[in-house]
Amino acid sequence: MKLISMRQMAKRQRGVVSRVRGGGELGIRIREMGLVPGATVEIVGRAPLKDPVHIKLYDNNLTLRNNEADHILVDLAGDGEKDQAEVEAHE
Amino acid sequence: MSEVKPIVVALAGNPNAGKTSLFNRLTGLRAHVGNYPGVTVEQKWGQFEHKGRTIKVVDLPGTYSLNSYSLDERVARDFIINERPDLVVDVVDSSNLERNLYLTLQFLELGLPAIVTLNMMDMAEAKGLNINLKKLEQGLGVTAVPIVATQGKGVEVLLDRIIEVASEPEAQWKPIKISYGHDIDEAIKQIQSRVESSTLPLDRMPARWLTLKYLESDPAVEKLISAEAPALSASAAPIKTRLAGHLRTTLDDDLDGVMTDRRYGFLSGLNRQAVTRVRRDKREISDAIDRVLLNRLIAPFFFLAVVYGLYQFTFWASEPAVGWLESFFEFLGETTENNMADGPLKNLILEGLIGGVGGVLGFAPLIAFMFMGISILEDSGYMARVAFILDRIFRAFGLHGNSVMALVVGGGIAGGCAIPGVMATRTLRDPKERIATILVTPFMTCGAKLPVFLMLVAAFFSENQALVMMGLTSFAWLIALVSAKLLRTFLLPGEPAPFVLELPPYRMPTVSGVLLHAWERTWSYIKKAGTIIVAVTIVIWLMMTFPSLPEDRQAAFDERAAAVEALIAAEPEGSAALAALEEEKTAVKLEADSATLRNSLAGRLGSALEPLSRLIGFDWRTNIALVGGFAAKEVVLSTLGTSYAMSSDAGAASQPDDDSATPAEEEEDEEDALIRSLGAKLASDPAWSPLAAVSLMVFVLIYAPCFVTIVVIGKEIGAKWAVFSLLASTVYAYLICLVIFQGGQALGLA
Repeated sequence: MKLISMRQMAKRQRGVVSRVRGGGELGIRIREMGLVPGATVEIVGRAPLKDPVHIKLYDNNLTLRNNEADHILVDLAGDGEKDQAEVEAHE
Repeated sequence: MSEVKPIVVALAGNPNAGKTSLFNRLTGLRAHVGNYPGVTVEQKWGQFEHKGRTIKVVDLPGTYSLNSYSLDERVARDFIINERPDLVVDVVDSSNLERNLYLTLQFLELGLPAIVTLNMMDMAEAKGLNINLKKLEQGLGVTAVPIVATQGKGVEVLLDRIIEVASEPEAQWKPIKISYGHDIDEAIKQIQSRVESSTLPLDRMPARWLTLKYLESDPAVEKLISAEAPALSASAAPIKTRLAGHLRTTLDDDLDGVMTDRRYGFLSGLNRQAVTRVRRDKREISDAIDRVLLNRLIAPFFFLAVVYGLYQFTFWASEPAVGWLESFFEFLGETTENNMADGPLKNLILEGLIGGVGGVLGFAPLIAFMFMGISILEDSGYMARVAFILDRIFRAFGLHGNSVMALVVGGGIAGGCAIPGVMATRTLRDPKERIATILVTPFMTCGAKLPVFLMLVAAFFSENQALVMMGLTSFAWLIALVSAKLLRTFLLPGEPAPFVLELPPYRMPTVSGVLLHAWERTWSYIKKAGTIIVAVTIVIWLMMTFPSLPEDRQAAFDERAAAVEALIAAEPEGSAALAALEEEKTAVKLEADSATLRNSLAGRLGSALEPLSRLIGFDWRTNIALVGGFAAKEVVLSTLGTSYAMSSDAGAASQPDDDSATPAEEEEDEEDALIRSLGAKLASDPAWSPLAAVSLMVFVLIYAPCFVTIVVIGKEIGAKWAVFSLLASTVYAYLICLVIFQGGQALGLA
């Protein structure tokens, strides 16, 4: 398992939601849109100022802010080491 | 049949699931918009007959859930709980079943009889999805009907099913029970038995549902329990705390989050049974469009082009209608002018009534076409993308990506209108963000402020006209955004509302949908604004007319007018002196008007305010104009003209009459003439300076929104905020002008 937060994912990277941290309005809103453990997501792109992030969930397009993406942990298993290295370099 | 009571159907569904299409399909154009009994927010409902039964459909707001976090969700939930409709028709997007069924599940947990309408079955099939209706119905315990709302497919079957479900004997509310896992289920059982034996009113809300909402820390239910059943609150709290602690250690997660996950788990299992994917689809066209329009380099430019196009379309398309209305009211005015005896009643009808109604209706074509454009942007799916592109900037000022359109429409490019701007904030779900957006939208350079700006800029900054106008528009944006930040920091503090937003696939908007949308909003504007605005226009007219001049002064003016009149009569036709005498006649009349204005209530108010307004560079004449501008900003220029005894005819009179000019062109000429003559007068007046001109422009930009806007704000967010907008904007404008004018004087700019 390679868990990273959704904010750190690169464009075109895919993964499976492993956890959504926290409840409250934000936590619930995120889940209500279908971002629950087990859902496959792909980063489609980011807005001109790099925030919010545009993702693909099943066949749907969703957007959320980076500070909201922080609450979502994604399992990148299956994707190459390269991605992980990239992510770490980013940090 | 008449003794059978109507079947009340609540129409619910996710945003973009096709709810509006189905509503229009069911009710035709017989929809009513209004406050449904027991609901404070405006709701749409329609009534029709099917097989001898009357069916009443109430359109609930599009939501993803039934929490009590957002206004829309509370409205939907309160309607269900308080009005107890016979059943809910839940419109789901078949191509996105799992997420859409989340809302369905919330209805079922409440126990409400439900019909699930699987909309856009054609899309689902095209996407390669195969939905097994039987399994879906069994899994949820509901009736499911496949439909294609836009084409009306399946609607007849749906109507039959509505009657069947509503006629079931003992159509009792039977809440669905799903498992939340061992630990939570155990706690539910314990708390539910306590709820059942408590003092809570269980006739409206099932005990299990109250228990679930209590565990999820739903604010409304927590409040209800602590108010109605404090004993229960005390005995259930330890169970909830223990459970939450247990989940925190075992799953490292919050209780409400886990419960949402479990619901999705249930739906995901159902989905696996009922839906088979025959092949993969990627909605290629929509995604391809997004790859271009949401490209980080292209997106901002395309957005600007769309905004520019929206303005061009609005003004181009509404121009003829605006012209017709103008001619019509002019005709009405002339008819009154020619057929009524002179006197206060005539003036009231002419200036108060015809002017007031004309003012309201004059905006209507502009609003209609602006909304047509906005509807196209909304229905096509582009509006959600605008929020996405610009959210980062607006969030920095405490606003939301969805605030963009309100500000742009309100005059983000010079020439908009705050009224449709304020109405365009309905897409904002968070009340605080919405109120802040509404309060700053009137700061933009709307079309009605433009003539004042044009006059002052032409008079004092003739060298750099375009630059100064650009500067004003930029200043409007700056003030709006900074004010929003101030509001969100001090008056409306709060976390930014979650942004999690769906980008719906692009769709071609339907002509009927766009027209209906635009018509509904335009009509609601005419209806709301019409009555109150006419009243206020009359009041302001009265203020500027009464009390009339003391008899001796009026008599003196009459005498002078009569003397000139006599001289004119004595002069032979075509004599050179005649023109000069005509001019003198006009001058006497203008002087009398100016004296009447100064003596009127508005004039006295203007004079009384002079000590204050001197500090920002205005004398009593400007004050009167600003009081008049409260009715409509266009009035500022014409009142300023009257108080300086300048007439719109003054410039035109010196030119030979051009008979070929259309009424609209003449109107234009009159305004241009006033801008020119008044501008020249002010520029040569020692009391005026470029600094005072800047101060006036800034004041007009920011002070109290026009009365139509105030009324619309009142209707949208309540009378309290409307009054706040009126008073706070004026004080705010005064303070800013104080800094500009006093600061400018200190720097020696005057």
